[in-house]
Amino acid sequence: MAKVLMKGNEAIGAAAIKAGCRYFFGYPITPSSEMPEYMSRELPKIGGVFLQAESEIAAINMLYGAAGAGARAMTGSSSPGISLKQEGISYIAGAELPCVIVNMVRGGPGLGSIQPSQSDYFQSTKGGGHGDYRLVVLAPDSVQETVDLVMEGFDIADQYRNPVLILGDGMIGQMMEPVEFRDPPKRNLLPKDWATTGTKDSNGKRRIINSLYIEAEACEQMNLRLQKKYDEITKNEVKYESFNTENAEIILTAYGTTSRITKNAIKMLEKEGIKAGMIRPITLWPFPYAAYEKAADTAKAFLTIEMSMGQMVEDVRIGVNGKKPVYFYGRCGGMVPEPAAIVEEVKEILGGVK
Amino acid sequence: MAVVFERTKGLTPGTMHYCPGCNHGIAHRLVGEVLEELNIIDNTIAVAPVGCSVFAYEYFNCDAHEAAHGRAPAVATGIKRVHPKNVVFTYQGDGDLASIGLAEIVHAAARGEKITVIFINNAIYGMTGGQMAPTTLVGQKATTAPYGRDAGHCGYPIRISELLSTIEGATFIERVSVHDPANIRKAKKAITKAFKNQIEGNGFSLVEVLSTCPTNWGLTPVESLSWLRDNMIPYYPLGNFKSPKEVE
Repeated sequence: MAKVLMKGNEAIGAAAIKAGCRYFFGYPITPSSEMPEYMSRELPKIGGVFLQAESEIAAINMLYGAAGAGARAMTGSSSPGISLKQEGISYIAGAELPCVIVNMVRGGPGLGSIQPSQSDYFQSTKGGGHGDYRLVVLAPDSVQETVDLVMEGFDIADQYRNPVLILGDGMIGQMMEPVEFRDPPKRNLLPKDWATTGTKDSNGKRRIINSLYIEAEACEQMNLRLQKKYDEITKNEVKYESFNTENAEIILTAYGTTSRITKNAIKMLEKEGIKAGMIRPITLWPFPYAAYEKAADTAKAFLTIEMSMGQMVEDVRIGVNGKKPVYFYGRCGGMVPEPAAIVEEVKEILGGVK
Repeated sequence: MAVVFERTKGLTPGTMHYCPGCNHGIAHRLVGEVLEELNIIDNTIAVAPVGCSVFAYEYFNCDAHEAAHGRAPAVATGIKRVHPKNVVFTYQGDGDLASIGLAEIVHAAARGEKITVIFINNAIYGMTGGQMAPTTLVGQKATTAPYGRDAGHCGYPIRISELLSTIEGATFIERVSVHDPANIRKAKKAITKAFKNQIEGNGFSLVEVLSTCPTNWGLTPVESLSWLRDNMIPYYPLGNFKSPKEVE
């Protein structure tokens, strides 16, 4: 199929539709509003439903209803909107409903800014809502990879009965790049024999979508069942890119659009005779800790670059496990790191550890 | 030997957890009977709330979702949009529907969402231990209004049926009570109409059921029925507020 030029937010809608998503529940917010706009235009043409909810809270609960009823469904928003959805996300994780949620992250905290940011890393990967639960968090670095991960995301969600979060940033949502729509690797997906459709479809056996286990023993069992699933996801689904890591003096870590800036910095460093590599986590949860085990034996130091005050760096430190120093460089609030600043940071670190 | 009375097939065989004298049992039974009589048990999806009726999904003999506090109308919206041919209803109390879930119920009505809502108004938070509800009457004591509800401090109780009647998309709205047999019969008629209204695709339907809470009102079950009649009905007048011709 020929490539088409598409804006990130619209490409997400197109990818979701290609993946069989027919229901979108959303609420307008910058910088992700093109997503609901696209879906309101395209879903009715193919017998799907777009609904503009009265609030982010209602949107995520409509998604809970639709996903529990067996449909491929999604919602998308941006940081303050995603905060409002946390209650519903916790219920969706507890009831083990497959769905895709998109966050085009903007500067925070509070109302923050509308420019790109990565300051929702903790919220996305460490919880966000209440209770012990995990989202599969996918962090694309381009519009093409966004399209690929949205399509695969629906399959991952169905395979594990777990919500999948696409963690973009304002840049991914707003920029235009050429994309092609490719089917994700085939997975063995089971029929949704747990979805509510009326007992006429299940020989009178009632299907209940629920996260309430009032007895402590039963609630613990539910958590143990979830943990088993999370272990399975951790075993099967870790994704990352290694860039120039072989014999690198320093290994940088960045995800999403920041990783592209970091690649530029690595090329600039190469011209100056400094060999830097990069580990780019594509799944932020499960995090590619194992990638750091070997790298920590060869590299002298690690540097994490984020559009935040330092959130993913904590996971990099877990991966490096004290073997080598881990440094951090970040811009935040909607400011984007520049390659030259990363180059300076690397020189300073290597000067220090040499 | 003829069977003169039996449990409705619209309810599951188990024992309910409700307190002695609580009217949830009556309201559940009426809904169960209507599901059975309209022959829709196997095509219905219920949405349970948070509050005393949080376990409603264990009692209605159909598929069900348990919703977060107040969000049942949004959950029901998601289900109904995926399965427009299924019957979808929510069963919610006054804290759930009229306080934390007010936005969800108003907008489900505004969209003319083709769902049926059974709204139990007992003027108190039951499950959490008798705190003040948005429907607690002025002067009524609650564990968070120990001197009685003071309108100057926290305002007046909300009349949900009247409020929702102003919305175009809400096509069937009726307030009933279950404090005596004559009113129970009227309540069942209203619930039947509220389900028929959905099946016929007319829009949003709600039945507000005035109901007792002997435990948290601090009254016997019999005293509670009189208290409802003498105190709630004057503030929450019974009757139909809206109904399309087709379901009359």
